[in-house]
Amino acid sequence: MFRILVSCSTIWNKGETGSAERPPGRRWSGTVGQTLSQKVWEQHVVRRAEGEPDVLYVDLHLVHEVTSPQAFDGLRLAGRPVRRPDLTVATMDHNVPTAPGPEDPTSVRQMDALARNCEEFGIALYPTGHIGQGIVHVIGPQMGLTQPGLVIVCGDSHTSTHGAFGALAFGIGTSEVEHVLATQTLRANRPGSMALTVEGDLPPGVTAKDVILGIIARIGTDGGVGHVLEYRGSAIRSLSMEGRMTVCNMSIEAGARAGMVAPDDTTFAYLEGRPHAPKGSGWERALDHWRSLATDPGVAFDREVVIDAAELTSYVSWGTNPGQTVSIDGFVPDPASFHDPVRREAAERALAYMALEPGTAIRDIRPDTVFIGSCTNSRIEDLRLAAEVVRGRRVREGLRAMVVPGSMLVKAQAEREELDRAFRAAGFEWRDAGCSMCLGMNPDQLSPGERCASTSNRNFEGRQGRGGRTHLVSPAVAAATAIAGRFCTPADLGVDVPRAKGA
Amino acid sequence: MQPFRTHTGTAIPLDRSDVDTDQIVPAEYLKRIERTGFGPFLFAEWRKDPAFVLNDPRYEGATVLLAGANFGSGSSREHAVWALEDHGFRVVIAPSFADIFRTNCTKVGLLPVQLPAATVRALMDAVLADPAAPLTVDLEASTVAGAGVEASFEIDEFTRWRLLEGLDDIGLTLRHTDAVAAYEATRPSWLPATAPSA
Repeated sequence: MFRILVSCSTIWNKGETGSAERPPGRRWSGTVGQTLSQKVWEQHVVRRAEGEPDVLYVDLHLVHEVTSPQAFDGLRLAGRPVRRPDLTVATMDHNVPTAPGPEDPTSVRQMDALARNCEEFGIALYPTGHIGQGIVHVIGPQMGLTQPGLVIVCGDSHTSTHGAFGALAFGIGTSEVEHVLATQTLRANRPGSMALTVEGDLPPGVTAKDVILGIIARIGTDGGVGHVLEYRGSAIRSLSMEGRMTVCNMSIEAGARAGMVAPDDTTFAYLEGRPHAPKGSGWERALDHWRSLATDPGVAFDREVVIDAAELTSYVSWGTNPGQTVSIDGFVPDPASFHDPVRREAAERALAYMALEPGTAIRDIRPDTVFIGSCTNSRIEDLRLAAEVVRGRRVREGLRAMVVPGSMLVKAQAEREELDRAFRAAGFEWRDAGCSMCLGMNPDQLSPGERCASTSNRNFEGRQGRGGRTHLVSPAVAAATAIAGRFCTPADLGVDVPRAKGA
Repeated sequence: MQPFRTHTGTAIPLDRSDVDTDQIVPAEYLKRIERTGFGPFLFAEWRKDPAFVLNDPRYEGATVLLAGANFGSGSSREHAVWALEDHGFRVVIAPSFADIFRTNCTKVGLLPVQLPAATVRALMDAVLADPAAPLTVDLEASTVAGAGVEASFEIDEFTRWRLLEGLDDIGLTLRHTDAVAAYEATRPSWLPATAPSA
């Protein structure tokens, strides 16, 4: 079952003039008849004026080395300080090497620039070599900085990850990074609201990654443009926080402005006791606020999509955008089967780039490399699941396999659980934390023509290295594929993966 | 930012949908810490193909890029806009844009013009037939004219005004510092701060 309901009446549109007149001081009180994203948005409006985008307050600004140097230069040129260094945090992730070896001087220069900028402007930095270092979207939640109801931004499109907590989290460009550094606000037009409801029990072996790949395969890479997605329904509620992060992470792959899940007891349990989570009476007050954020009953979204969880399966992308995805039980499609000429032409181009023939069974495709990592799938639950699959087995001969934990703390936790031993014994490389082969800014890259089963988020041409061919999969499929040497599931190997919570 | 009022130039047809920012400027070129000089890396991989339209001498000097739907998807890298601008483009016309890319364009002063798919198709066909056909994009009137096509486009009033005047957002927002401070005074004390906790 798959249906799209487009609702004509939206509370948000109706409320546009009325909400502008709302007296200040009600910002942090609950409002009636709003979606989760609308509530968080309205609570952060610093200024609203007719004919202008809203000025939104930013609670947390995450910074990394690639999209920030020009923003800091802009501040210096204008003689402007960072307004709230105490709401800003930086790490090094995109460029960092994950193994010993010669360092690229241009990468080093960019990381040095971040270190200098953070020192000059008084920003907390988790650099390479620090136990707190890691992928920016992994360390925010890990530290408890990512909390429900916050507006969070970062110069990275996968900032949508933080929406898993019920935060409104936007990826922004460098000009906006500079704007946030200087003003602690973002200027933006109110997005539409879109509900993605996944109801029912996920079939055995179907993971959070499969949920989001299945969603994107249905709504397309521009299905969410202009909207904040709210993931709802029993299948979403059943996911762990890490699973919800995986789902929200790829909201941008559906073109969405952001993705969110309403905070609940799973969220609160994850947060309690983390270093930056509220403590004592602050925790109680925070809980009261967080519980008020869920979408009000009966509120109509601008668009609604309902998916039956039972229809979801394990997915593998075959093309060069994340919407070009099929079931692992399926076949590479024939471009002629697409009625839309734009999609047909895109499929022809993709198959030529991917060197795939229409009608090829997905299970007959043989990757050269398996990459387990990225802000989509590099957290401890991902690694536990993958380790479970490979424990006591060997990576197929001739196949390169690597695990890149999302943060140095995830790496340390995995080593405490001896997951690294399972991976190493199976023939995987066990690396330090970073973005790594997700985008190949460090030496972890595919060679031209190399085919990769990857737990990352983008299968764009050349994304993992010039001429590289990427197939997006879950950690479970990636691990099983590393063993079999062709796409397969843990079940194909006789491994029983427990019903999805995360990954 | 350079003001944008009216621009007349020739156009180049990039007849592909879902052109992502990894194609516009591949990640390996994002290590530079400067804001200028990205033009040589524009479509770096695709330009290695002699048949790629940017290598077609008939379109040399084009300042308007015609592209397929969902242009600029994927990564938030503003470097993609910097590369287009540095190469000489002033306008991108497409049936639809990815949100972050569109926003980045308007911060830099590259004009994103969204037109119906059929209109973009007509423009592409026209410049395929006559690469020298000039297009005029008038932001004040919000119109595109030339190559036998006349069309109007929508752009929000605030962005249009800002582009016409060449104003950057930061200066505008800093006028409202009092409102920001007033908002900050209402923020609950339990909200997180990033300084390492004691």
